[in-house]
Amino acid sequence: MVKRNRRLLRGTAVLCVLALGAAACGSADDEQASEGSPADVEAALKKGGQLTVWAWEPTLKQVVADFEKKYPKVDVELVNAGTADDQYTALQNAVSAGDGVPDVAQIEYYALGQFAMSKSVADLAPYGADKLEEAYSPGPWSAVTANGGVHGLPMDSGPMALFYNKKVFDKHGIEVPETWDAYVDAARELKKADPNVRITADTGEAGFLTSLVWQAGGRPYTVDGTDVRIDFSDEGSKAVTATWQKLLDEDLLAPVKGWTDEWYKGLADGSIATLAAGAWMPANFESGVKGAAGDWRAAPLPQWEKGNTASAENGGSSLTVPAASGNKALAYAFTEYANAGDGVRARLAEGAFPATTEDLTSKKFLATEFDYFGGQKANEVFAESARNVADDWSYLPYQVYANSVFNDTVGKSYVSRQRLATGLEAWQRKSAEYGNDQGFSVNK
Amino acid sequence: MTALSPPGAAERPALLARRPRDRRRWAGWGFIGPFLAVFGLVFLAPIGYSLYLSLFRDQIIGGTTFVGLENYGDALADPQFWEGLGRVTAFLAVQVPVMLGIALLVALALDSGRLYGKGFFRISIFLPYAVPAVVATLMWGFLYSTRFGLVANIDDALGVTLPDPLSPDLALASIGNIVTWEFTGYNMLIFYSALRVVPQSLYEAAEIDGAGQLRVVRSIKLPAIRGALVIATIFSIIGSFQLFNEPSILQKLAPNAITTYFTPNLYTYELSFAGRQQNYAATVAIIMGLITMVIAYVVQLRGMRKDV
Repeated sequence: MVKRNRRLLRGTAVLCVLALGAAACGSADDEQASEGSPADVEAALKKGGQLTVWAWEPTLKQVVADFEKKYPKVDVELVNAGTADDQYTALQNAVSAGDGVPDVAQIEYYALGQFAMSKSVADLAPYGADKLEEAYSPGPWSAVTANGGVHGLPMDSGPMALFYNKKVFDKHGIEVPETWDAYVDAARELKKADPNVRITADTGEAGFLTSLVWQAGGRPYTVDGTDVRIDFSDEGSKAVTATWQKLLDEDLLAPVKGWTDEWYKGLADGSIATLAAGAWMPANFESGVKGAAGDWRAAPLPQWEKGNTASAENGGSSLTVPAASGNKALAYAFTEYANAGDGVRARLAEGAFPATTEDLTSKKFLATEFDYFGGQKANEVFAESARNVADDWSYLPYQVYANSVFNDTVGKSYVSRQRLATGLEAWQRKSAEYGNDQGFSVNK
Repeated sequence: MTALSPPGAAERPALLARRPRDRRRWAGWGFIGPFLAVFGLVFLAPIGYSLYLSLFRDQIIGGTTFVGLENYGDALADPQFWEGLGRVTAFLAVQVPVMLGIALLVALALDSGRLYGKGFFRISIFLPYAVPAVVATLMWGFLYSTRFGLVANIDDALGVTLPDPLSPDLALASIGNIVTWEFTGYNMLIFYSALRVVPQSLYEAAEIDGAGQLRVVRSIKLPAIRGALVIATIFSIIGSFQLFNEPSILQKLAPNAITTYFTPNLYTYELSFAGRQQNYAATVAIIMGLITMVIAYVVQLRGMRKDV
């Protein structure tokens, strides 16, 4: 009996060793970014090879086809590994497994810091990315650069605008608000005129709120290496919470979560009258809110102070080269082609919103008439907004996590008596706790 | 072991004694080998790996370090973990008795032989179980909607304002309603099949003794299906502690009511996928596994006691 037990133990021990082995493989260290040069990129293009690109941006399909045509020796495989968070999880897993890492990966601006900080993505400056600063508008460029490195190339951008249902505003004779104070007034008038109409739908969304704070001049996040400060008590944040608290208190917001069926219905039937969002929104209007074609228009974002022209970015993403990619030079070549070269034009033709200054100022781009917006040249509004984005904003190096607990904390203010400011404090506290747990020095 | 050896064994020549025993031993391993391999691979290895993971911490700055039992200390002092556990315990205390009670009533009704269209009732009550949980939850999510769903329709038709089923106060009850709808039929079937195997002679004897229907239920049927009741209860306890599908899907509709730590399972999911804290998630999972095991075991011990 004793002997047999010992054997069983030995068997279990073998299994554990197997498990340990798997774990050891799992924690393989990230490869350090090796240096490269523009010459390497040239050479890589001549030599050709295979690339795997993880992205959910639909317009890249055309870019890949064009790229392969131009460089027949390069074979690009475009993989949709999930949208946003799903893809980040897959990427994170691949990086920590050290296996199956793509050569190019799409990462949204707000999430890029997390990957740059853990050195999961390569610094593209040596390959020639550092020469591209002038090519991009300031908001997206600052989003991909940190600590002297260029961690990706901006693919698109989301300078904010106020989309409004002109039919609803005209019907009730209400003016489109130019300031956020006027926005609150308009919200009251709309509700009074038609109790089913709300000025906008909001159930608490981290990306939206931080964009508003950005526009209001608040800079809640400051990141200096591993020293992080989170402070939602500045004037900008206060202005936002004060305004939004009014909207909440007076039941002026539709409690409809974005991107749900109800939300699309609300946008279509006029019960949701405005939407402040990035310039990538028109394509979504065209595909998701077909019923209201011709009703909507784009206007500049309302201002916190009358006469200002401040704006902010909302969304947008970059293409990055993971540090564990086997062919970084070639990967960079594709990234540059897609985001600074001919690929940009191909993507614009399919309705993407550029991050490149040249395209933002091109006459053809600005003169595009949007049938959906009743023939309005909406790009003029967006391009103006892009010029007015302050470029000193930064996200947390772990914003993905912070955003995931936004509704745990600030969300309570949307469904209970908790003040918005209290919710923000809780969010700040939780974000700081996590940062400190992760080895940052937050608010210390 | 040696004490049980036959008295003559020691006197036999050693070689003779060992050979048959050895052969028997190898043959045995051959038979259980395939089982052991699968058992080890799909059962022991994951548990071993989780235990291993739970002893480390992986930070964005600093990488992976061995922390011993620190994660366990953190988890036991984590208010979010306890809040989630408290929530599923409350769920367990209310939803499970309601669901099993309804299932038992329906099973007894079906078994009473007085129901017209028994086959139809049996299948229609069981049907929700055949609907995938994800689909069921999405469907209920629409019904719960106060703008376009059933709740909105009732509000419009009766001119009332019903409370939002997905508000923070009601979300748990609404989830309980979905789970009850999903699993009553399943439990009913367990009870019903246990009732079907009660020997007819017992009923005849009861009839001869002049026992009424209630007495038959109390003295024959319930004792006869006690095993099934205990099994169903244990399944339901495990199900409650592992509550995940329903809150996870409804979270998309009501993110402010259903937090990321609404149930312990949701919490571990969130920890590993949004917070990249796989080590801590493994710890929470192990603690939850232990708690579930203990409670299920206690229920089994009590339920199977002969003198209850």
